[in-house]
Amino acid sequence: MTTTTTIVTQGRRIRRRVTWGAVFGWICLGIAIAISILPFYWVLRTSLSMNSALAANSSSLLPVEFNLGAFARVFGLQSTEEALAQGGSGAEINFWQYLLNSTIFATLTTAGAVFFSSMAAYAFARLRWKHRDLVFGLFLATVLVPPIFTALPNFLLIKNLGLLGTMFGMILPYIFMTPFAIFFMRQFFLNMSREVEEAAMIDGASQWRIFMQVVLPNAAAPLATLALLTFMGQWNEYFWPLLVSDESTRVLTVGLGTFKSQSPQGAPDWSGLMAATLVSAVPVLILFAVFGKRIVNSIGFSGLK
Amino acid sequence: MTTSTIVLGRRGATRDGGVRTRRTRSDIKIALLFIAPALIGLILFYFVPTIRGLYLSFTEYSVLDDPTWVGTANYERLAQDPLFWNALGVTVQYVVINIVLQTAIALGLALLMQHVARSTAVRGMLLMPYLMANVIAALLWFWMLDYQLGIVNNIIEWLGLPRVAFFGSAEWAIPTQALINTWRHMGYTALLLFAGLQAIPGTVYEAAKLDGANPFQTFGRITLPLLRPVIALVLVLTVTGSFQVFDTVAVTTQGGPVNASRVIQYYIFQKAFTQLEFGYASALAMILFIILAIVAFVQMKLLRGNESDLA
Repeated sequence: MTTTTTIVTQGRRIRRRVTWGAVFGWICLGIAIAISILPFYWVLRTSLSMNSALAANSSSLLPVEFNLGAFARVFGLQSTEEALAQGGSGAEINFWQYLLNSTIFATLTTAGAVFFSSMAAYAFARLRWKHRDLVFGLFLATVLVPPIFTALPNFLLIKNLGLLGTMFGMILPYIFMTPFAIFFMRQFFLNMSREVEEAAMIDGASQWRIFMQVVLPNAAAPLATLALLTFMGQWNEYFWPLLVSDESTRVLTVGLGTFKSQSPQGAPDWSGLMAATLVSAVPVLILFAVFGKRIVNSIGFSGLK
Repeated sequence: MTTSTIVLGRRGATRDGGVRTRRTRSDIKIALLFIAPALIGLILFYFVPTIRGLYLSFTEYSVLDDPTWVGTANYERLAQDPLFWNALGVTVQYVVINIVLQTAIALGLALLMQHVARSTAVRGMLLMPYLMANVIAALLWFWMLDYQLGIVNNIIEWLGLPRVAFFGSAEWAIPTQALINTWRHMGYTALLLFAGLQAIPGTVYEAAKLDGANPFQTFGRITLPLLRPVIALVLVLTVTGSFQVFDTVAVTTQGGPVNASRVIQYYIFQKAFTQLEFGYASALAMILFIILAIVAFVQMKLLRGNESDLA
């Protein structure tokens, strides 16, 4: 009897959803998706437009006088006269250099932070020692300190070490660990089966060898997710590189900021700026296209547990 | 048992796999080796700077010569600094707009993800803005919201309304920054809440349905209360993150027009790096630190975020 009622009510609910709820829901979702995605189209449309012609056709849905001049300007392939004629600023921007710096900065800090954090996480999950949980708590407590608070003394430290403007000084604070990475990997190690490690231990392998040859290969999936999240975060980092980098070590985010302020009094070079913005976003877009599912599924985990 | 452990050492302990024997073993030397790099990072770039920052906040320090101890002078000064109070007010305004808009929109989106479209593609598209750097989000909207050529103002005019100076007017500067941040974070926050929704067991909803609860009752009496720990976490993340707004302001309005968008972190940045008042900037940063700690503590207490009704 109860079963029948359940089925009936469920049937009714589903039918009502298709007519009202679902339509309204899809409209809301559609609007949210449009707001999230359409700005990227507008960036693309602007970057493919002729900057000098943008003003007269500011509402045109397609690129205005389609051309690749903006991208040529970004990569320094255009002569100054040509750039000025197309509505560029004529100012130079070392985009290749910034791109290279961003890649080095994000790659080295990710590699270091992921590896060293995994080591620490292993010690917190698997090894037994006094005050282990207290020390782990100290690591976690650092998330409470706002980055600006430590950034000022860290800047002074890097300055005292004579490392201002160097790549080494820029990566140093990030390369040893991030509290999130330690937390993330510890969580994984805690749930990992001990069997393989114990077999290796019986064979007389040292803890270090077990970690390098048994534990890390088994943790490939979470390591990849962690590396992905860390890399994207570092690629987008702005404040710290702004403080310590100079022209030769400037990363893309900081370079974009200066590109904008370099525009001369007249009309800004919107096409060039949007082309630069798009190119800066490309590495993250590629990672997202390839690993989208992994990234989306990691969000609930990273925030909650 | 214990004797055999001592005789056989670590290998013996593992072989019989007993819990008691493993507990007597200490890996302190190996453990120190494993945490050494992370520990260096923790001490060098978190502990030392925290103490040094606290010390600097009691000094006058222009970087060019040594810091001189001035006691609580910096704190007395900031209590009477109109620009500090302005920065605090502006930041709070930014935080409030973010909390209200972001949480409401994200909760709506999370429910839609749960009930209408569970596909990863939909979630991926909503997450896109979050993957972009703040600088990119800022520049993108700086262009779309431009007074003369921006598409948004074109649409506003087409609707028969007057154009809005999103970045150029004092009343719009902060709401605009908050809207950009909401745009970037709404999908991410929605995904966090969605993960929380999925953790609520279906049996609870079935029971409610059998009792004849309508969708609004179900939402108010079941979904919201059971989602409380996740909402608490989301609020703490939103509030502490918003208090530290810097990137979008630095790229677009740079604190202007006049002081309308000089948020607290931008004010600290200017004091330290353009006016070289590191002592005063450290005191300002200390206040921000204290505010954030209090906010996080109060929110977790009020929302009892660390305990779930499901347990």
